[in-house]
Amino acid sequence: MKIRKRTIALLIYFFLLMLPIYWMLNMSFRSNADILGYFALYPKDITFANYMRIFTDKAWYSGYLNSMIYVTINTLISLSLALPAAYAFSRYHFVGDGQIFFWLLTNRMAPAAVFLLPFFQLYSTFGLIDTHIAVALAHCLFNVPLAVWILEGFMSGVPKEIDETAYLDGYSFPRFFIRVFLPLIRSGVGVTAFFCFMFSWVELLIARTLTTTNAKPIAATMTRTVSAGGLDWGLLAAAGVLTIVPGALVIWFVRNHMAKGFALGRV
Amino acid sequence: MDKWENNRAWFLVLPVFFIVAFSAIIPLMTVVNYSVQDIFGPGQRVFVGTEWFEEVLGDKRLHDALWRQFLFSGLVLLIEIPLGVVIALLMPKKGWGASASLVILALPLLIPWNVIGTIWIIFTRPDIGLLGAAINTMGIAFDHTASPIQAWITLMFMEVWHWTPLVALLAYAGLQAIPEAYYQAAKIDGASAWSTFKYIQLPKMRGVLTIAVLLRFMDSFLIYAEPFVLTGGGPGNTTTFLSIYLVKIAVGQFDLGPAAAFSLIYFLIVLLFSWLFYQALQNVGKGDVK
Repeated sequence: MKIRKRTIALLIYFFLLMLPIYWMLNMSFRSNADILGYFALYPKDITFANYMRIFTDKAWYSGYLNSMIYVTINTLISLSLALPAAYAFSRYHFVGDGQIFFWLLTNRMAPAAVFLLPFFQLYSTFGLIDTHIAVALAHCLFNVPLAVWILEGFMSGVPKEIDETAYLDGYSFPRFFIRVFLPLIRSGVGVTAFFCFMFSWVELLIARTLTTTNAKPIAATMTRTVSAGGLDWGLLAAAGVLTIVPGALVIWFVRNHMAKGFALGRV
Repeated sequence: MDKWENNRAWFLVLPVFFIVAFSAIIPLMTVVNYSVQDIFGPGQRVFVGTEWFEEVLGDKRLHDALWRQFLFSGLVLLIEIPLGVVIALLMPKKGWGASASLVILALPLLIPWNVIGTIWIIFTRPDIGLLGAAINTMGIAFDHTASPIQAWITLMFMEVWHWTPLVALLAYAGLQAIPEAYYQAAKIDGASAWSTFKYIQLPKMRGVLTIAVLLRFMDSFLIYAEPFVLTGGGPGNTTTFLSIYLVKIAVGQFDLGPAAAFSLIYFLIVLLFSWLFYQALQNVGKGDVK
């Protein structure tokens, strides 16, 4: 009986959570005139015109490709640099460790508006404007610290005896780290990968500042549509639905790592 | 947990240090530079010392925006953190239910922030939006563009809808990292659900909850796109948060000096409170952990 109550509470929450997304999905299958014309719980004249437009117009679908490219690069850089650093913070004392650890997070704390101009100047000095790598690198500013923080939290939950035993057994550091340690913090790596992906995916201001056409992100393409004399709600909703898809796939792939987690005793 | 003393661990941190410093230090220095100069055009700048800082600190509208911001972030933390933890506790631990829950939770987080605001504009419209129409059917005249209270409530709903999943995901991952042996021990001791939560789950979630609190504080304090799109800071100035006001100065009036000074003060406030939260969460309940 107790289990049932919990499930019902969770289902109610998920139902409410899905409502705005359902509304977006609903709108994506209707034409603009239809949406503005009357209230409809579900689309009566289903049209795929909004989706067709996105899949056939290069200005639209290239936005998705650009975003996916720089987000993937960013997630890979963030994870591969943050893993060893987080291990250092969770296991060792070294000169300035506390200060550096907190300093990392301060990079998420500045309001973006005024920083955009110097950001643009910095990246144009290096000739990186309008490249995917520029956006991926710039997003490291907030994703790498986040990854270090999340991973450090999970690593500190693993008893140090595990490291000691492994070293006594003759494991080298890289082999221990990949074979023994990483599997223990799978849920942490999964959630970190998803968060890096997510924050880079939805970031708009920096990505828009550093790109013009070749690496223009999807979120920027969507604002352009918004400002073009009266909104095309149907098109925007379809684009919104499609922005969810890549991230949903990412979480689908890391779900097993997140749901299994830590299994002490099987080491 | 005692840590090993080892300065060579710096080598593991260096790549992170360089990649973050690359994007962090020069822009910060440039903004500090703007904040003490009056810029008329390329090559025409005058050193003005602390003039912009004094101007910004004496700005009454900024004070109002600051109090609104504290109220907003305070409400965000009070609602989202407990709600997120409860949801994480309710979620199934394994099987297809766990997978489905994770994917559903992630969906609101994946929509770009400017689109969130746009979707909520239509979602809350009394004539063609689901929420707006539902509230009107209940007999309440709902129009968040006219009533400050309703604008705030709508914003809070949007914010809680959008970001509680982040807290829940973090808390869930934290719960999953607790070894099964701990629960078995608690069961043998005959611990109630509440004491299992208080003595095992909550202390073990300290790490992820620290991150959740800091992230939600920072991001809600810096919030811009969603309220700007949904309410435009109105009605009146009742939902003009710090970032919206900052952009008004920086872009609307193109006052780079005051905007830079404003940015630095803003940054220091976020820094100070994040640090206080961090210290508090590091020390709270230290005695509970064995």
